[in-house]
Amino acid sequence: MTAAKGSAGGAPLIRLTGVGKGYGNVIALRDVDMEASAGEVTCVLGDNGAGKSTLIKIVSGLHRHDTGTYEVGGEEVAFDSPREALDRGIATVYQDLAVVPLMPVWRNFFLGSEKRKGFGRMDIDFMRRTTRDEMAAMGIDLRDVDQPIGTLSGGERQCVAIARAVYFGAKALVLDEPTAALGVKQAGVVLRYIVQARERGLAVVFITHNPHHAHPVGDRFLILNRGRSIGYHTKDEITREELTGLMAGGSELEELAHELDAAASKTDDT
Amino acid sequence: MTQAVTEPPPVAGPGSDERLARRSPLRRLLGRPELGALLGAVALFVFFSVVADAFLRAGSFSTVLYASSTFGIMAVGVSLLMIGGEFDLSAGVMVTSSALIAALTAYQFTLNVWAGVVVSLVLTLALGMVNGVLCVRTRLPSFIITLATFFMLAGLNLGVTKALTGNVASDSVRDMDGFGAARAIFASDVDVLGVNVNITVFWWLLFTAVATWILLRTRVGNWIFAVGGSAASARAVGVPVDRVKIGLFMGVAFCAWFSGMHLVFAFATIQSGEGVGNEFLYIICAVIGGCLLTGGYGSAIGAAIGAFIFGMTNKGIVYAEWNPDWFRFFLGAMLLIATVVNLVVRRRVERSS
Repeated sequence: MTAAKGSAGGAPLIRLTGVGKGYGNVIALRDVDMEASAGEVTCVLGDNGAGKSTLIKIVSGLHRHDTGTYEVGGEEVAFDSPREALDRGIATVYQDLAVVPLMPVWRNFFLGSEKRKGFGRMDIDFMRRTTRDEMAAMGIDLRDVDQPIGTLSGGERQCVAIARAVYFGAKALVLDEPTAALGVKQAGVVLRYIVQARERGLAVVFITHNPHHAHPVGDRFLILNRGRSIGYHTKDEITREELTGLMAGGSELEELAHELDAAASKTDDT
Repeated sequence: MTQAVTEPPPVAGPGSDERLARRSPLRRLLGRPELGALLGAVALFVFFSVVADAFLRAGSFSTVLYASSTFGIMAVGVSLLMIGGEFDLSAGVMVTSSALIAALTAYQFTLNVWAGVVVSLVLTLALGMVNGVLCVRTRLPSFIITLATFFMLAGLNLGVTKALTGNVASDSVRDMDGFGAARAIFASDVDVLGVNVNITVFWWLLFTAVATWILLRTRVGNWIFAVGGSAASARAVGVPVDRVKIGLFMGVAFCAWFSGMHLVFAFATIQSGEGVGNEFLYIICAVIGGCLLTGGYGSAIGAAIGAFIFGMTNKGIVYAEWNPDWFRFFLGAMLLIATVVNLVVRRRVERSS
């Protein structure tokens, strides 16, 4: 299924080839390949410090890659700002959600892309209504679009950020650990939106360190460790257990299991 | 806002969230940044009306408004800058610099005063831009940058004036071409129902209205709140954070230019050592009016109310025939009370919304 969809539109929407990035003498990312196509979810997995954040900063235009190539729709690009990435249809929902907590929901929703009606005036009625409608379409009934966004729950804020990106015509959605700080139920809500975004034909890049969140929704899996790619698989090639094993550094986890087993049996003996 | 304050207890209708009580209009009013200042202004007004007989006379009230306006005009720019998350400690001496530039240019080159006015506008805006660019480029706190420019400007004011005139004050421009016309715009009295009101009062109200419109109705206003509330988030969604901040510093510079022109055409000669310390008064007006020191919250109307409180206290003490030496004590006490009230109000609203 993934192969058919991926090749349907010719070049994939996002393709990284041999991409690397260093900060001073720290090599944060080295020789990483990744693809994201319309109607697919590409999961990027890795433990803390694996290079996930660096990877999405490159994709979203916050940082420029040092080596390798970055193609959007088959065309090589090097972004200088998130604005340029946005203009190409690549929208990023950051871990901190890029919302301003003290500002009302509707002002956040349209921040940076305000709807205007001449003389720099904002079309406030339109923006209020659209915010309410878009949130309702995602199944969130906002009591009051004028409440500061900081007063919403984590899942709701996440959904505002996703709805915002979808509304502004994103073709590719980059989600930076959207489920990291959420409870089980709220994470489920967000995962459902990821599937919904895929069904609407978006390319989704889903960054997470939780294989249990990644496996059910993902079509491709890129596993990073210490700035390198240690696995790039399609869904039919890999099981959830293998994914978990790979992510935790495989052998390390096995060792840990043995150690714990040994400790357990020792206590049993005594 | 139009609903009555006494509402029936909330009933969760179908589709609404049963865990949420309805936010009453009173709550909404409490959520406005200006509220604390408004209550304070009303309280002070009543207080001085009672203790000072002269306070309620139209002439005295005009004087109070004039005092409020001279600080209020600056408070407009300063409050926008504070909402944008920055400070400008050079604002006080920048007013003097601006006035000196106009007066010295016109006198030294024997030009029409309007030439001085234009040169001063250009140079003062450039000063604001320097402040802004330095803050944006170095990413140092604006507190430090503008503290530095504050001292530099204070030194320049004195040094250049002494070098050119041999005196600590600029020469009088009263007899120069265009003085009358410029005075009409920057420093004349307007007769309102038999009471002389200084024209700065009307400029003050106009600037406040424009600033409020910008803040609440325009895209730039949205950006100002955003860069103050969270510059990183604003940048991530494509807001030109650096340009907004530089623009805000230039907004303060524009207000400083206007205030400077008022000084030139009200007094004709400018004392080069003036203006030091006034920057804190502008910040006090903004803070009393509900601006957060951390940025992202506040209003221009609040700053205007803050300036009005300032004017009432400043003149009210005189009308009450108290020793004006106490003025600063009252000012400090009011700042303390205002910030605590704002803090309490905001916390309550945040918790209940």
